[in-house]
Amino acid sequence: MRGKVFLCHMSKKLLDKKEINRALARISHEIIERSKGGEDLCLVGIQRGGVYIAERLARKISEAEKTEVPLGSLDISFYRDDLRIRAQPVVSRTEIDFDVTGKNVILVDDVLYTGRSIRAAMDAIFDIGRPSSVQLAVLIDRGHRDLPIRADYVGKNIPTSMGERVDVLLEEDGHEDSVQLSVKDAGAEDAEK
Amino acid sequence: MLKSKDLLGIKDLSTDEINIILDTASSFKDVLKRDIKKVPTLRGRTVVNLFYEPSTRTRTSFEVASKRLSTDVINFSVSTSAVVKGEAIIDTALTVQALGADIIIVRHASSGVPHLLARKLEASVINAGDGMNEHPTQALLDAFTMKEKKGRIDGLKVAIVGDIAHSRVAKSNIYCLKKLGASVRLVGPPTLVPDVIGQLGVDTYYDMNRGIKGVDVVMMLRIQRERQGTGFIPSTDEYFKNWGLNTERLALANDDAIVMHPGPMNRGIEITSQVADGARSVILEQVTNGIAVRMAVLYLLAGARK
Repeated sequence: MRGKVFLCHMSKKLLDKKEINRALARISHEIIERSKGGEDLCLVGIQRGGVYIAERLARKISEAEKTEVPLGSLDISFYRDDLRIRAQPVVSRTEIDFDVTGKNVILVDDVLYTGRSIRAAMDAIFDIGRPSSVQLAVLIDRGHRDLPIRADYVGKNIPTSMGERVDVLLEEDGHEDSVQLSVKDAGAEDAEK
Repeated sequence: MLKSKDLLGIKDLSTDEINIILDTASSFKDVLKRDIKKVPTLRGRTVVNLFYEPSTRTRTSFEVASKRLSTDVINFSVSTSAVVKGEAIIDTALTVQALGADIIIVRHASSGVPHLLARKLEASVINAGDGMNEHPTQALLDAFTMKEKKGRIDGLKVAIVGDIAHSRVAKSNIYCLKKLGASVRLVGPPTLVPDVIGQLGVDTYYDMNRGIKGVDVVMMLRIQRERQGTGFIPSTDEYFKNWGLNTERLALANDDAIVMHPGPMNRGIEITSQVADGARSVILEQVTNGIAVRMAVLYLLAGARK
């Protein structure tokens, strides 16, 4: 969902910087509460959209709990189910320099849509180790699931139509923090799913 | 992304395409370091090794790479096939395709065979060495290894030493290294380093000591024993004396220079054991990197638009 973002004239701001920050602050507290400050907690951001969100959550949890939370990134290119359907995305790195076995892994993504990325991410994580549990945190849940997958932590539920697209723009990528809703242009379908 | 469904040579690749392959390969190298060294990426695809020339390491490397990607891989053994009954190459390839091959990996003693098959087949064709033309995956794994060891390729000084004239490895490496911005020196006896190759924008040295002075990478090529007494080299002893790589010669290269060899090595003819097994040799890492690079090529071709 990142890379080249062309915001067309119809785009509408769903969340601004403050609202994104508040949503992530709430999620970080929910994670702490539910894991009871657990030592086994770790965060894994899904490439590419989830990585910066995971970094922000990790920072907030570390500040609140005064302990470092293990943080990794996961590339799911090799686990996708659509290799024949579209050109491959550029492969990013998986960087998880801790053992996930026995850990409570929180997968983090920016937007939850069909659920296919999450399915791929779970397969990918289990090839790396055997977590004791896996949970999912997302900034936006836009609905339209193809698979029986739900998020444990949601920043904001946004009802959308499949003809729309949701872009999460972040400072780390050189944007001003915001979440934008726009009408998908004809050629953008490929890039979205 | 790759423009073509096939990988026939480095000559046809853009610098961007080479970099995409190398970047993708580094992700696959991470996979190879894990306990579970396999990904489901190409599940259900069929890869066929169609080798008309003897090969152990390249064929095995492609086989391992294919298996790590969860494909079904079939080694079509030419000596036991209808080829000995005189079946034309194109018929063999069409048969292999009709059996369900998505990707066909071809090695042949004649230059241009993979190109012919690529035109006639819908399946992707990967050139695993054609005559004296190209061996693209070898050049890609060499570039990957240099980049990993040196952090860059742009500006590196690379000496390729040995039988350049008959070497598809040298040819592919020259194309690849030039596209990535390295400066390339070819070193060897005049009979094995033809002038025409100088037109590719490389420097030619007939004196080994001058040729490897100050280089960052020394890439040794195999001297085929069959060349002995054919007028190309006087004898293997004399070849070793003039162009073999030993510890004293290696000292002329940069202090942190690495030593490469595509294998199989002739110890004592082009390289001493001391150097081949020494701290600066990356020869075995080339083999490991070959799997990651071939996985990247298979993956990218499988997703290329046809």
